[in-house]
Amino acid sequence: MRTRIILAVLVSLGLLGAAAGYTAVAGHRARSAAASAAGQVDAGPGPRILFRSTAADSYGRVATVSTGVPAGPRTVSGVACDRVYAAAGSVLCLRPDGPLATYQLAVLDARLRLRDSYPLVGVPTRARVSPSGHLLAWTVFVTGDSYNGGKFSTRVGLLNTATGETVDTLETFAVTRDGKPYRNVDVNFWGVTFVDDGHFYATMSTAGRRYLVAGDVAARTVRTLAANVECPSLSPDGTRVVFKQAVGGDPAHGWRLTVLNLTTLARTPLAETRSVDDQAAWLDNQTVLYAVRRGARASDVWAAPAAGSGSPALLIPDAESPAPLAG
Amino acid sequence: MYLASVDRPAGGVDRSKRIAGNVLALGAVSLVTDVSSEMVAAILPLYLVVGLGLGPAVYGLVDGLYTGATALLRLAGGYLADRVRRRKLVAGIGYAMSAVAKIGLLAAGPALPAIGAAVIADRAGKGLRTAPRDALITLSAPASDLGRAFGVHRAMDSAGAFAGPLLALGVLAWSGQAFDAVFVTSACVGTIGVLVLVLFVRDRRGPRPPVAAVRLRAAAGLVRLGPVRVLLLAAVLLGLSTIGDGFVYLLLQRRESLAIGWFPLLAVGTSLGYLLLAVPLGVLADRIGRTTVFLGGYAALLAVYLLLASPLGGLPALVVVLALYGVFYAATDGVLMALAGPLLPPALRTTGLALVQSGQALAYLVSSVLFGLAWQFWGAGGAIRAAAVTAGLALAGSALLLAGARRTAPER
Repeated sequence: MRTRIILAVLVSLGLLGAAAGYTAVAGHRARSAAASAAGQVDAGPGPRILFRSTAADSYGRVATVSTGVPAGPRTVSGVACDRVYAAAGSVLCLRPDGPLATYQLAVLDARLRLRDSYPLVGVPTRARVSPSGHLLAWTVFVTGDSYNGGKFSTRVGLLNTATGETVDTLETFAVTRDGKPYRNVDVNFWGVTFVDDGHFYATMSTAGRRYLVAGDVAARTVRTLAANVECPSLSPDGTRVVFKQAVGGDPAHGWRLTVLNLTTLARTPLAETRSVDDQAAWLDNQTVLYAVRRGARASDVWAAPAAGSGSPALLIPDAESPAPLAG
Repeated sequence: MYLASVDRPAGGVDRSKRIAGNVLALGAVSLVTDVSSEMVAAILPLYLVVGLGLGPAVYGLVDGLYTGATALLRLAGGYLADRVRRRKLVAGIGYAMSAVAKIGLLAAGPALPAIGAAVIADRAGKGLRTAPRDALITLSAPASDLGRAFGVHRAMDSAGAFAGPLLALGVLAWSGQAFDAVFVTSACVGTIGVLVLVLFVRDRRGPRPPVAAVRLRAAAGLVRLGPVRVLLLAAVLLGLSTIGDGFVYLLLQRRESLAIGWFPLLAVGTSLGYLLLAVPLGVLADRIGRTTVFLGGYAALLAVYLLLASPLGGLPALVVVLALYGVFYAATDGVLMALAGPLLPPALRTTGLALVQSGQALAYLVSSVLFGLAWQFWGAGGAIRAAAVTAGLALAGSALLLAGARRTAPER
């Protein structure tokens, strides 16, 4: 018995020591990434792409590259975000709020100085800024909210930085499905993309189906346009959205990036055949950007032609959350 | 052995207050293992969504890898443990599977099929180990003290579940939000659980039973044993009255319009009640009868539903609901095993316990889906009233069943 107790204590101490050592090394990794030299990022309009770096020496920090040389030298800021998006010199950064696994929404200016911050309830998944830079949209994921075992719940919030108006959750908007008023407790929204400061597109899920909806902020309404559309992203000319289409209508089979023409509702699958679980962005009217995961802490930004032709190309290595700043 | 003789143990059989070393060892294994599994459970949604950048739909898929397969595995594992008379080995494989799954989750990276496989391995490990572990507890304490033995085990188990999320937060804070550090720590802690099992838990193999006693036919014959059948029926019937934690907390949250951020605290309140009451209610079950305490637990659940359906509100009602919900867990989970153990022949005890657990789990699955549908059609108020009616009928029906068994048993 004595031998067994000594053995148990020694092996347990060894295992706990290993865990503590790993944790300490991870902490050191995070601190050294945070302490490495920070440059001055310009998030204002210009020929740059803003993104979240996943390179080992700058993991999690907001950075930019020149649109002309996207794989070339990058400017890395001292600001870390889990999700980031920017337009017209206004940056939306979703990031941890203190050490206790809670999150905050931070509004930054073009030089990444903090203008305002709000606590988030839930886990941030998507961020978007309207073309004017005034309207912000974010999606959080709430596990405890699931009223049906094994399901999840998402909430979309909106904030107008010009007027201070907020929408806590799109679930308060009136829904029109297939032309008829619709109500159901299981309605979930995620993945907003803005037309202007009054109008947006988003994903709505209900009764096991996922829809593209068009929303009106002032009227507080949304109406469905098409089914099996998730995480839309509107092209700069406003004629198409790129979205992730569940293969065979079932997210368990993965997603195919697809472009939907908003006038004809014709769908064009992109040349990218890997499953992409991301809200894509547009580099210009011909090119779509999206992140492809390589590992638990590694991701690259790829580009593919919006016409469905050609082939995908690696654009920015060690990056995710791309936001083109041109325009 | 019949319900009557289990329910009212002859005084002075073994009134010593010592708790069997094997029960404490199994409790320690469960405590450590629950620290390991709950620290991962607490951060898994964060890891998938923030860490890996997966859409929320993926969390639904992963979380939906449901109990159907693991329930079957639980039965198979129970039978296997009886057949080879190695309950410790089967339980150990289950614990080890879950510990390895934590590293598997980390190694899976963003590959969804690999993440799914790791989650399934984790749950399969839990399915595999539960029945052999509970069978070992019933074989490690005198029949008259089983309520207390299970109370002690469940209290230690929920203490681990309590500490797990706190440790995960600590590791996250110390490591600069590194999810991989949580998985590594969890795997190390899980390995300690396996180590404690291997070194300190003694298998109770007993004399080799006649081979025919552990054949599939004999296992299927368990349900033909009068008292076993009655208990199984009652357990399934009562299982139909459970709607699941998620719904109970959601109803509370809506009624009290709590901010969604407080949601996790509701579960903390319930586990605190369970943790504190598991031992006292187990001892009470040994004294006044396990059937009485078991049914009392479901009466507490009925009271929870009635309170949720009533217009009473405010902080006192919230605290009372959570306390009653804790009473429900403390008076039913371990007590049911203490009730079932002595009814089952030792050679088939693991199979029998697995059968009772699977029956309850299946009943719960059905009732939670039905409750979800009721919510959609009748709204929250109608659904909770329907649940209260169901719970009342199930309680009355199983009380009659169990009382009937108690009356007729001595005459057989």
